[in-house]
Amino acid sequence: MSSNLTAAGDHPVYDYKVVRQFSIMTIVWGIVGMGVGVLIAAQLVWPELNNLLQPYTHFGRLRPLHTNAVIFAFGGCALFATSYYVVQRTCQVKLFGGWLVPFTFWGWQAVIVLAAITLPMGLTTTKEYAELEWPVDILITLVWVSYLVVFFGTIAKRKTSHIYVANWFYGAFILTVAVLHVVNSAAIPVAWFKSYSAYSGAADAMIQWWYGHNAVGFFLTAGFLGMMYYFVPKQANRPIYSYQLSIVHFWALISVYIWAGSHHLHYSALPDWAQSLGMVMSLILLAPSWGGMINGIMTLSGAWHKLRTDPTLRFLVVSLSFYGMSTFEGPMMSIKTVNALSHNTDWTIGHVHSGALGWVAMISIGAIYHLLPILFGKKEMYSVKWINIHFWLATAGTVLYIASMWVNGIMQGLMWRAFNADGTLTYSFIESVIASYPGYFVRFLGGAVFLSGMLLMAYNAWRTAASSTSVAGEDNQTQPEAV
Amino acid sequence: MSTFWSLWIIVLTLTNLALLLWVLLANRKVAVRDDEDPENRTTGHVYDGIEEYDNPLPRWWFKLFIATFIFAGVYLLLYPGLGNFSGLLDWTQEKELRGHQQQAQARFSDKFGEYANTPIEELARNPDAMKMGLRLFANNCAVCHGSDGGGNWGFPNLTDDAWLWGGSPERIKQTLIDGRRAAMPAWSAPLGEEGIAQVTEYVLSMGGREHDAEMAYQGEQLFNRNCVACHGADGTGNNNLGAPNLTDDAWLYGGEPSEIRQTLRVGRNGVMPAQGELLKDNRIHILAAYVYSLSLNYDEE
Repeated sequence: MSSNLTAAGDHPVYDYKVVRQFSIMTIVWGIVGMGVGVLIAAQLVWPELNNLLQPYTHFGRLRPLHTNAVIFAFGGCALFATSYYVVQRTCQVKLFGGWLVPFTFWGWQAVIVLAAITLPMGLTTTKEYAELEWPVDILITLVWVSYLVVFFGTIAKRKTSHIYVANWFYGAFILTVAVLHVVNSAAIPVAWFKSYSAYSGAADAMIQWWYGHNAVGFFLTAGFLGMMYYFVPKQANRPIYSYQLSIVHFWALISVYIWAGSHHLHYSALPDWAQSLGMVMSLILLAPSWGGMINGIMTLSGAWHKLRTDPTLRFLVVSLSFYGMSTFEGPMMSIKTVNALSHNTDWTIGHVHSGALGWVAMISIGAIYHLLPILFGKKEMYSVKWINIHFWLATAGTVLYIASMWVNGIMQGLMWRAFNADGTLTYSFIESVIASYPGYFVRFLGGAVFLSGMLLMAYNAWRTAASSTSVAGEDNQTQPEAV
Repeated sequence: MSTFWSLWIIVLTLTNLALLLWVLLANRKVAVRDDEDPENRTTGHVYDGIEEYDNPLPRWWFKLFIATFIFAGVYLLLYPGLGNFSGLLDWTQEKELRGHQQQAQARFSDKFGEYANTPIEELARNPDAMKMGLRLFANNCAVCHGSDGGGNWGFPNLTDDAWLWGGSPERIKQTLIDGRRAAMPAWSAPLGEEGIAQVTEYVLSMGGREHDAEMAYQGEQLFNRNCVACHGADGTGNNNLGAPNLTDDAWLYGGEPSEIRQTLRVGRNGVMPAQGELLKDNRIHILAAYVYSLSLNYDEE
């Protein structure tokens, strides 16, 4: 294998400190964000839990805290950690930017802490996934622009002739999220923690979902595809399946995703043309989305046996299966007639979590398990067996979660549209809520099982960092072979 | 939408799709086929040990991609999507909604129509009709008035004999068709906090409840000057104005002294939305009978 090309000596010492910091915080914020998720899932089963410390622990205040914590704190830290690691190693240069690098870490942590304080206080813009008020939005902008400078600065001074496909995806994610955040968060401040959106009516809704859907498309898809393109071939030690496929699905994915947001507003005040265009583009998005899955999974051809012994690789590959499943489900749900059934039901929540738990969390967990021994200078994780246990907890938790939400969602959709012979609705709304209770409980269970895996991961990480059996004297840039 | 923006959308959409198709077709073939040169299977790029095969696009994937393009083309031809072009089917969501409503109207009007000429008093004792009424009530009214019609804070109880706007079948029907809008003004400015306290004591005395006689006497003077126009000299209210009876136990916004004072301070403007347009005559007729039936038990007890 030509991996000898990167043997120590012909590249500088990489900046691993920031990667280590973000990797640790990925685990910490993962536990916090998923913990809040389990709490609010429990609140839907046992509503008394809203009263733990009113009004701060009310579902309405904790729910945005959960989404922000898992997407931007857990997912964000995982993206920072892996992109900083990958861009250095595939460009063979140290990170560009000097003090901007630690600023992105401490600035991003400050954003997260501010979110954890302001959201329970009820300070919110009410824009989904963009709830943070304008002072925090400005801090996000500063951190993000610094991230952009660091990342593209590193690419610019690279020592390789080409730019690796992982960096295309990371770059697209960083650039587009900057645009999305600035445009959607434009607002008129009236007080320190109160502002009004710069847009109104249907235009506000359209911009919100242009942002919201591309938070999914670029933050949670393109960014994590960047992760996939490094860690899957690296962990499997196989070449990427098809460079052609990389090119086609990259350009298709980034140019089509940006159109699809209006499928969140079917049968609304949005003009018909915008709704149709959103649906058509969402369907075209199916093949480009699957391109990433194919390229990842086919990369394993010739290395399938590694799945038997390597639970980290199992995380990475199963995450691609969930990715394929939810990117099939998404276009289906964007079809108007399907959406008429699924909209506002738990099906949507199930769909989001098959992406969030199955794809985003699992690939991040796999990548972090790959990184931790390298970052702490160890041969392998303290316990590979525990990684395997974590894998089964994560898989079981995800399946429980999404299966219960499918059942709930389709049941709710059907109950809401059931008619009696006289044209009256068969069920009142409250009856559909009562019927959803078993599903809510199974969802809570699934979330708790997933969370328990994260706790095991944290303990495993701590034991790995604390263990004394470091790979003494070995160059920390090389990748430990047997995992 | 102006012609400019319409063209903007059309050009942007078609250009994006055309470029995409070009990227797809241009990368379909690989430069060097593996059977021609078996040694040359990768692109030659190496990044941190990762190589890339130059395998061609999977055929089934390519076909899937093309299929979605074809679907998109047909859909954008038939339905609105390209700017102002309304599509060959001339479909709009408003038209679809109107069509569904007309269908439903045609299908269900007979069902409800069969009771249209039955007087409400009689209909209220017809079990079949009342089952329909229950479902109509659950769909349309229970959100505010509760599934048992027992009401809630600010939403009247429909099962007792206290009626803001009258409990006769005709009055109930009128309430349903046109809605109601109550208007109790805020008295904090004209009466002041002391006046409000005095009137509250007088209101308590009207219901035969514990009160401060001295203050109630002062309150009576204020009541006679300001409140009798709507609530009547004896405080029993006026159904034509939706002014409640103050001498009974039914309190829409709470009957505790503190709650009565708050009502006097800020005023109350309860709204019952009009249902006539939404539900149409035949259903309103059954619903009126159902609401009337809710208090029948109460009256008979």
